[in-house]
Amino acid sequence: MANMPISEMRLPPHLAHLLAARRLDTAKDVLSLPEVELMAVLDAGLPTTRAAVAHVSEAACPPCQTALALLEECVRLGGGGRLATTLRGLDEALGGGIPMGKLTEVVGPSGIGKTQFCLKLALLAALPEYYGGLDGRVVYIDTESKFSSRRMIEIGQKSFPQIFRQEGLAQKMAGRILVMRPTSLADFTKSLEQMKVTLLQHDVKLLIVDSMAALMSLENEKATAGFRQHPLRWALSFIKSIAEFSRIPVVVTNQVRSQSNDDGYHFSFEVDRKDGNNCAERFDSHLIAALGIQWAHAVTVRLVFESHSGHRFMKVAKSPMSPAVAFPFVVESSGITLLSDEGIDVTGPEITSIRCQGQNVLAR
Amino acid sequence: MSFVYGAQNAWDMLSDEQSQKHITTGSGDLNHILGGGIHCKEVTEIGGVPGVGKTQLGIQLAINVQIPVEYGGLGGKAVYIDTEGSFMVERVYQIAEGCISDILEHFPHSHDKSSSGQKQLQPEHFLADIYYFRICSYTEQIAAINYLEKFLGEHKDVRIVIIDSVTFHFRQDFDDLALRTRVLSGLSLKLMKIAKAYNLAVVLLNQVTTKFTEGSFQLALALGDSWSHSCTNRLILYWNGNDRYAHLDKSPSLPVASAPYAVTGKGVRDAVSPNHKRVRVA
Repeated sequence: MANMPISEMRLPPHLAHLLAARRLDTAKDVLSLPEVELMAVLDAGLPTTRAAVAHVSEAACPPCQTALALLEECVRLGGGGRLATTLRGLDEALGGGIPMGKLTEVVGPSGIGKTQFCLKLALLAALPEYYGGLDGRVVYIDTESKFSSRRMIEIGQKSFPQIFRQEGLAQKMAGRILVMRPTSLADFTKSLEQMKVTLLQHDVKLLIVDSMAALMSLENEKATAGFRQHPLRWALSFIKSIAEFSRIPVVVTNQVRSQSNDDGYHFSFEVDRKDGNNCAERFDSHLIAALGIQWAHAVTVRLVFESHSGHRFMKVAKSPMSPAVAFPFVVESSGITLLSDEGIDVTGPEITSIRCQGQNVLAR
Repeated sequence: MSFVYGAQNAWDMLSDEQSQKHITTGSGDLNHILGGGIHCKEVTEIGGVPGVGKTQLGIQLAINVQIPVEYGGLGGKAVYIDTEGSFMVERVYQIAEGCISDILEHFPHSHDKSSSGQKQLQPEHFLADIYYFRICSYTEQIAAINYLEKFLGEHKDVRIVIIDSVTFHFRQDFDDLALRTRVLSGLSLKLMKIAKAYNLAVVLLNQVTTKFTEGSFQLALALGDSWSHSCTNRLILYWNGNDRYAHLDKSPSLPVASAPYAVTGKGVRDAVSPNHKRVRVA
């Protein structure tokens, strides 16, 4: 809507001519100017300017729906649209699985099982519907070269032995998963742009980016600090728009880094009170997600994978439909398995913290 | 009586204010620090870290504004402008159900009332009275806010406009920061005007960012200092130990205060913690 040419908006002729004469061709051109500046550009009085802004705004404003209409649309498209993870506790907590049309993030230290989780999701989306899958293709953007077809098929054989016994099924399932290995951010954005329209036509039911943070750190080495945030912002809104436009679940993994300053992340009014009790925590090293706070705001569901007290946990750290719960899990030959479907309630700062013990979590 | 066109004397303003009903947040403690709830005719900004419950509070307000007048609500409708795509309609349904079950609990005799009152108390009715705009760029956001004036003229029973979040697109792709500030101040003026003219509450949800002040990084609401003038009230949601707290950071009439709240399956409610004392800052 924002790029709709003004000539197609059916404005009153005198306004249309006025805007065309000043080379204000799109809604963006008109609306990014403050009123006074627009008056100067148009060389017109306040009433004319306001009329022009009102007309352009009405045309560029997206249509309004009631929440009820949204709900009905959701139901019509099949029960809200979820990709079941087959991890019963997690599915229950998320209201059925990974939501379609939304951005879901998996964040955790290296080796904890993020890629294992992604492999399982990719497989599930490719499975036929009567086995609980989405019966579609999967686009898997693998920036760290971690995708392993052998491992994925192994997960499939171990978790669905009855299905994979069928002749040629492994080949069929694996054939539906398209793996892309972009080498730079430019590469990545270019293929995303090309993909947007074709995703629907080719029956793609899941998009995975493993990992987003790796792409950004690639770029950081080249770009200057001031420019750093920009490609991330663009990718962020573009990936979100892909999710909504094609109504597929989008899963993105994020790395962690250790936080260097520990008293920084409070509001200014909190600092005075925090001084007293901060000392105890000061020497705790803790991890934070590699992509910063702006990224965290934009994801709809955030799953944190972490390890402490000898177990690995997956935690629903941010979700509009469920409280924060954690599930202990293990990585087996059949992929990720929950040790318990009963979630452990998490409260307070624990929800967003990411813990990792020094143990080698890869040892199985 | 009035010799200045459009002016109103202070006494009339007071009686106006006293007759105004406020939109309940669902939590009594939160209502208390807000002076009864979210006020109509004012712009309230709500900020906080990701996952603390901004969207939840936004959805809760969109439902609570519709509590019928006979049950002590405003009986209004809501406009929800979603820039982030975080509006989950199943969750809205849950919160509506939670709100209805609370109403029935507080008014156990409502079953005896005429069936027309009962008919309103369906989650579907609550959902039908939320007008939802999905915004995908800052141009659309500006357009939607400009268009609101006309929209509200046609839908006079709207009592709350929620923008979730006001920040998202403006942090994405605005290169000229000086221009951004001017455009934003134009928007905030419009929102204030709308709040006054249509007697409704404007609630802006805002993201947080880190800001370097006095030698350390601190959290601050996004969009900078000049933007912070654009709201009448400013509420910051944050974690205090294990509890979610709300901090009233700015208000022309109320003291700076904090209160705990909780996000439950039914929506935003009072925190049920043993230490029920209110923390006072300042």
